[in-house]
Amino acid sequence: MTVIIRLFGRFRLGRFKEKQMNVRPGTSVSQVIELLEIPLDEVGVSMVNSRHCRLDHVLSDNDVLALFPMVGGG
Amino acid sequence: MSDRIFRVNMTDLSTRIEDVPEGWAGLGGRGLTSAVVAAEVDPTCHPLGPLNKLVFAPGLLSGTVAANSGRLSCGAKSPLTGTIKESNAGGTAAQMLARLGCKALIIEGKPSGDKWYSLHLTPEGVRIQEETELVGQGNFRVVEAVRERFGERHGVITIGPCGEMRMLAANISVKDPDGKLRSHGRGGLGAVMGSKKIKFITIDPADSKIPIADPEKFKGASRTFAKALLDHPITEGLGEYGTDILINIINEAGALPTRNFTSGQFDGHDKISGETMHDLIKKRGGKVKHFCHKGCIIQCSQVYNDKEGKYLTSGFEYESIWAMGADCCVDDLDVIAEADHVMDDIGIDTIETSVAMGVAMEAGILEFGDGKEALRILREEVSQGTPLGRIIGCGAASVGRAFGVTRVPVVKNQAIPAYDPRAVKGIGITYATSTMGADHTSGYTIATNILNSGGHVDPLSKEGQVELSRNLQIATAAVDSTGMCIFTAFAILDDEKCLPALVDMINARFGTQLTIDDFMNLGSSILKTEREFNMKAGFTPAHDRLPDFFSREPVPPHNVVWDFSGDEIDAFWDF
Repeated sequence: MTVIIRLFGRFRLGRFKEKQMNVRPGTSVSQVIELLEIPLDEVGVSMVNSRHCRLDHVLSDNDVLALFPMVGGG
Repeated sequence: MSDRIFRVNMTDLSTRIEDVPEGWAGLGGRGLTSAVVAAEVDPTCHPLGPLNKLVFAPGLLSGTVAANSGRLSCGAKSPLTGTIKESNAGGTAAQMLARLGCKALIIEGKPSGDKWYSLHLTPEGVRIQEETELVGQGNFRVVEAVRERFGERHGVITIGPCGEMRMLAANISVKDPDGKLRSHGRGGLGAVMGSKKIKFITIDPADSKIPIADPEKFKGASRTFAKALLDHPITEGLGEYGTDILINIINEAGALPTRNFTSGQFDGHDKISGETMHDLIKKRGGKVKHFCHKGCIIQCSQVYNDKEGKYLTSGFEYESIWAMGADCCVDDLDVIAEADHVMDDIGIDTIETSVAMGVAMEAGILEFGDGKEALRILREEVSQGTPLGRIIGCGAASVGRAFGVTRVPVVKNQAIPAYDPRAVKGIGITYATSTMGADHTSGYTIATNILNSGGHVDPLSKEGQVELSRNLQIATAAVDSTGMCIFTAFAILDDEKCLPALVDMINARFGTQLTIDDFMNLGSSILKTEREFNMKAGFTPAHDRLPDFFSREPVPPHNVVWDFSGDEIDAFWDF
């Protein structure tokens, strides 16, 4: 199945801004993070389709997964 | 120097130095400005009349070596909201005031004539001088003129033409370590300073030092505190990308107010994002990291250059970029930066004025996305005080009233900042209940609703939001009294060593025995003092509400509305 991955902040360095990826059905958010070689403990926020999700969330076809390092401001 | 109160009466142009009353001894920053305003200002007075007072107070730890402790609080009755107001800013003034032993500067009365004045603070007291040359000039010129007249080291607090014209969105600017500006942005405090006919204030602490009751204990606590800040991952991101890193995450969450609060996502988000700004700054030879006061170890500010590599602006914040960017549909960071610079110079709040511009766009005065016209209006109308310029310069509510617009994002007349309350419900509770009018900093639930700092509370659910906003507003009122930057809150929320270290530093500075409970009680009592002032000024729970369009118009992409009842909101005050 196909998912769209969006990366932000320093996760973009050496990787990409947005990319379509083919993954096996049943793939979880943390498995995608491992595939991207991002240390799990560096992920501050993950969202699927603009909603916060847990790292064990299982992705569905056409999901948009956004991954952010810990960020702040205001 | 021991702490004293510096009092200036602008009616008879007299000055006095007073001992600190016992009740104020344990207060600083917001706690002190609000206590002074509550004790000395008639809540029903006209904010621009002689009965209002303008109060500046450095935080309890300002002027010490404590990291990030250089914030200055400014308070008065706000001419924009009619409520009590505290607005804090960086720059060098807080540290200098603390060093010269000025616990608070209280400016009262109002001159009867048309003359303008400047105030000069030294350890000996305050001198009032008539000012002619700088009247009508922008803030950057004032800072330069003070350098020419008195030398480099003086602190400067100044208003631009908008403050002189007493526009309700006028701010007060403070010189930063590079001779640029930081602002007491919100609530029209620049108009209060203008009403007292004070163009600028200089501060010369000479070589005075801050007394520390227990230097050894202070050193240890301040190390622990600084380490907690440095170790927090958000600190690193803030330094690298600035606060503008929020554009993309708030957009992704569907909560980036766009086109005068009609959508939660902006097509041009990536063009105005922190990631894009970071790359542009590097390419053009600016500075990614920059501090607003000495001792800041987060360094969320930056120096942003134009295409030719020439300085354009600094302290280029998320809120300012969102307001002129997504809210007005301007997707050109250079145009937004130019607007930021102009607003700093003429002395007007970037949030209030840009949201007002968004309402003006809805009214058809200019097109959404027309940044060039927005710039022209700022330069030729607002700074010159034309009728249109004054309507915009008096804020979003003023534009709505003048042009019959009903979609006006304000609470208590103050523009709602950069998070849509329908899609982040905790911040909606803060906007509704804050004693300051719509203000994100008074209880920044975004930390927990969106950024996963201090845990996570689902932004779209009503559950837990009132409690979240209450806890944060109490803690923030206390932190705002220390002189600490609000961004220390992330470490305070997530690192259990951070808050005890902060309280230890206060105890070591003053020789007190405060506990963490005492510190939190300080926050509660500040909020209650402020609310009591507002109620005496005529505010009721009916004012603690969001504009009705938030309940009627679903905001995409989540298509959610604001759905808290009045009783649910009012439960905020059950403490």
